[in-house]
Order: sequence, then C-alpha cells, then structure tokens
Amino acid sequence: MLKRRSVSEITFDYFNIIFLVFSVVIMIYPFLYVVFASLSDPARFAEHSGLLLSPLSLSFDSYKAVFDNPNILNGYKNTLVYLLVGTTINMALTTLGAYSLSLRKLKMRNYIMMGIVFTMLFNGGLIPTYILIKNLHFIDSIWAITLPSAISTMNLIIMRTSFQSIPASLEESARIDGANDLVIFARIMIPLSIPVISVMILFYGVGNWNAWFNASIYLRSREKYPLQLILREILIQNSTDSMMTGAAASDDKSLVSETIKYATIVVATVPILMVYPMLQKYFVKGVMVGAIKG
Amino acid sequence: MNIIFFLEVQSLQKSVSVTKFKNKTNPLIALKKDLTLNKCAYLMLAPVILYYLIFQYFPLYGAQIAFKDFEFSRGIIGSKFIGFENFVEFFNAFYFWRIIRNTIVLSLYNIVFGFPAPIILALLINEVKSTTFKRITQTLTYLPHFISMVVICGLILDFTSRGGVVNDLLHLFGVPPTAFMLEPQWFRTIYVSTDIWQQVGWGSIIYLAALTGINQELYEACNVDGAGRWKQLITVTLPGIAPTIIIMLILRMGKLMDVGLEKVMLLYNSNTYETADIISTFVYRKGLIDMSYSYSAAVGLFNSAICFVFLIIVNNISRRVNETSLW
Repeated sequence: MLKRRSVSEITFDYFNIIFLVFSVVIMIYPFLYVVFASLSDPARFAEHSGLLLSPLSLSFDSYKAVFDNPNILNGYKNTLVYLLVGTTINMALTTLGAYSLSLRKLKMRNYIMMGIVFTMLFNGGLIPTYILIKNLHFIDSIWAITLPSAISTMNLIIMRTSFQSIPASLEESARIDGANDLVIFARIMIPLSIPVISVMILFYGVGNWNAWFNASIYLRSREKYPLQLILREILIQNSTDSMMTGAAASDDKSLVSETIKYATIVVATVPILMVYPMLQKYFVKGVMVGAIKG
Repeated sequence: MNIIFFLEVQSLQKSVSVTKFKNKTNPLIALKKDLTLNKCAYLMLAPVILYYLIFQYFPLYGAQIAFKDFEFSRGIIGSKFIGFENFVEFFNAFYFWRIIRNTIVLSLYNIVFGFPAPIILALLINEVKSTTFKRITQTLTYLPHFISMVVICGLILDFTSRGGVVNDLLHLFGVPPTAFMLEPQWFRTIYVSTDIWQQVGWGSIIYLAALTGINQELYEACNVDGAGRWKQLITVTLPGIAPTIIIMLILRMGKLMDVGLEKVMLLYNSNTYETADIISTFVYRKGLIDMSYSYSAAVGLFNSAICFVFLIIVNNISRRVNETSLW
C-alpha cells in the first residue's frame, strides 16, 4: 500500500533518527574515549583537555606497563580459574535442576518451585550469609566465590521453560525404549537445548567475569584476588584517595598512571567485547524463551 | 528480567491450584509412591535442593541473630537472646532517618527518570523503518549492561573528577571545575543518569517484544481511518504495551526500598554519605567493617521485611485499580 507521508511525519522520522544516533553515540563514546586514551602518548594525553577523537600520537607504553604489572596478570589468571570452575558448577546445577523441575510427573515439583521462587522475594541478607560462609570455613577459598552464587534462579526458570517446550513425545518414545531420566537428560534434552545452554554459559560467564563483591568480602590474601578487585584498587580506591587528599595530578608518575588506567580497563573488558557479538545474537532469544509461554 | 519472575509466579499459582484439586488420596502415600517411582529424577534434583537449603534457606534461619547478641564462639543458637534491642537501637540511631530518606529518594528518582526511559527508547526504535538501523541501535545500546560495575564506576569517578572530561567540557562554557563525586548534592544526579545510561537499552528489550506482539491489523485499520502516527501511538501502541508497563512498574515499585549495594559502594565516599549512604551500605559497614553482626543483621532483616510488605501492598493496590497483579 502506497501512502503519502505528511511533512510532519517526515520531519519526525528525521528527528527520530538523529536522536537515536545521538543516543548511540552517548552510549558508546565513553568506551571509545577509553580506547583512544589508552593508546595515547602519556605525556601528550596529560596536557590534553576535552574529548578525544583519535589517539594522541599512537603509543603502546601503557599496555606494556599493564602487562608488566604482576598483580594484573595474576588477577587475570585467578579470574579465569574462578570463571571456569564457577561456570561449570553453575551449568551443572542449573541444567540438572531445570530438567528435573520440568518433568510433569514429579508430584512435588510445584511446591519445590515455590520454595525456589520465594528466595527471590526474601533472603537472609548479607550478614547471615557471611556467617554461613565463615562457619563452612570457605573464607579465603575458591568455594566462597563459586558456591554461594551457584544457581541464578532467573536462569533456572529460563532453562526450565525451554526444557518444557521440547515435545513430550520425544521423551516418551525414549522411555519406551527403556531410557531413564538421566539418559533422557544427557542424550535428548542437552543436545536439543544447545542454543539456550550457550546463552546460559554466556550469562553466567559474563557474571563470573564481572563479579567482585563476594571476592571482596570473602577473600583475605591478595594473591587470590580476581581481576575485578585489582581493577577496583586501580580505578576506584586510588582515584577516591587522590580526590579526598586533593593530590594534584602534576607529578610525572601520575601522568603515566592516567593512561595505564585506561589500558587496564581495555585489557579487562576485551574478553566481554569478544563474546558480545555471540551474546547479543543469542541473548534476546534466550530471554524470550523464558518469557513466551501460556 | 523481572517479567520472567512474574510469569513464573502466575503459572505456579495456576498449576498448584490444579494439583490440589486432583489429590484425593492420602498425601503421604502419594508422596512415597512419587519418590520411589521417580527416584532418578529426584536424585538429579537433590544437589539443587541442597544448594537452596544451604545457601538460601540457612541464611534465612541465621537471620534470627538479629534478635540475639551474636558471637562466633557461641554460634547462632548459643548466643544470648536479647529480643528487639538491636531494632530499638537502630530506630533511635542518629543516622536512621538519613539512610531511610536516602534509600527512598534515590530509588524514587531512579523510578521517575529511569522507568520511562526504556519505554521511550523502545517506542522510538519501533518507529524506525530500516531493520539494519534498528538492529545496530539495539546492539550498541545493550552494551553498557555487560560491562563490569567496577569499570563503569571507575569511568564515572574518572570523568567527573576535577581534571576529568566533564569538567574539561564545562570549562569551555566558563563553568569553574567541580569535583562532582565529593559534592553530596551531585550524587543522586550522577547515580541516576549513569543508571539510565547503563540499563536503558537492556530494559527496552521487554517493551520491544511487547510491541511486536501488537496485532498489525489494528494499524491497518488506523490507516484506513486516516489516523496519523501520533494518533496510532495513543490509540493502538500504548494500550498494546500497557499491561507490560504496569507489571514492570509494580515490580519496580515493589523494590523501592531494595537499592543494590554495589554501585553505591563503588561511588560513594565519606564526603557524600549525607546523600549517598543507603540501608544496604549501612548494613555492609556496620556488619563487615565494624563487625556488629547482630545489629547489622537486624537492619538487614528490617529492610527485607519492609521490601516484602511493600511488594504485597503495591500488588494489592494494582489488583484493585487495574486488575493486573502478581498473585
């Protein structure tokens, strides 16, 4: 159908596009600034004021400094370990729970589900959880980081809904062939749910990569710190300290550290940006799998 | 994400009322039969139940230390029972009203400015005709949601510092430099505006999904009747996504007293406590830095209870006013 558009509609379309482009620029520019600054020459960057549209005389000095910093490398290593162990535990528990709770034959499943959903409304809070972790002797160990957040109820619900949408006839025919629940789970449900499972791995993975709070309250020794805690020292604590003491950013050392700060951010964020295209391809689907049902 | 929780609650209610209706045999015998028949499935479920019992329900049990004078050496049960002493101390505390006010004001600002933002973004994206442009806009606006809070807050602190980009730009207009994060009057503005920046794209997903669910024939009818774009927005689009908006608003209002700890903790400092110190950061400082476990647990329990009651009230109001509710 061909319809003539009025002047006001055309004007609106233009303004809409301009506004959206402007919003996108605001969304993205801070990150571009960080990348440009990290690639800039530290001395020139220090003299510069205002926005950056490209790196000021390309220099990789800041990145060299970042990779020479043993704390950052060690943090990277720790984060990778926590990420691998954590995400494995996350996925094992979430898929097992989601599958068994999707079985309609379980009489108690709705009551168990209610008990699980209740924890989203009401929980013990920070201090009782801290006491529990301390009593379990998890303080300063990897378990304090991986176990308390082993299941995200939201993700459990998304997975369960996706398992429920798999036709029951597949399960029934396998059962007639003598397969038990575990076999059905491993041989039918998992292979059929690869897209949702990849979304879950990405969700949990990003969450584990970005997590810092549990590590900050449960870890004692510095050599166990994940990357985010090292970042917090560099980005938050230092800048808050210098803000509070009013230290002028004039001596040479802090000039260098300014660009190093940005290089650290880039190094710590690149893994997320690498999985982001995948994440973004699947995640809307993943979110919607949880939402679309009767 | 909230919407998933909402749908789950609704479907659970439906199915629980159905199972109740069907169970006529002795429940214990039925349970035993169920357990033996589905041994394998329940075994698979066991670690999950164990997780929830240990890491979610045990802290709930441990919350009783709010009524005790907890000491690690005596344990949760062995510690001395002191009744409501911790709560009374909190209500009479010098900072009581300040942290309650800060929590509510921060949350209200966040709802007033942050709630409409993703709806507006979704409506604007929906008006765009080019699918490529739509997709690119969506992809790029989701991005801040996935960046770690530490990095985001590091950037905020850096950009708003005395020598930061924001001051550089203001300098062009002759505004004298301000260390924004040291000024209590700037804290809420910065918190709320950066929160919109982080969440607006991600938050718009649910509304974009609701928009695609609107019957396209309604728009065709509008065209036949000669209704313009604005008229279509008012008569078709907004009523079409109204249920989603209402549910999201209920869930958001239900979390009025529940302001997350992480962002405030990374952004505030002792200069900005006046506007920035909220219940959750107070709990953190009292409990984990001053080690007043029981006192802090009492504040936390008070907050959880208020949140819970608030959600129920908001839900009931909504059920009366527009027949949309969680349960």
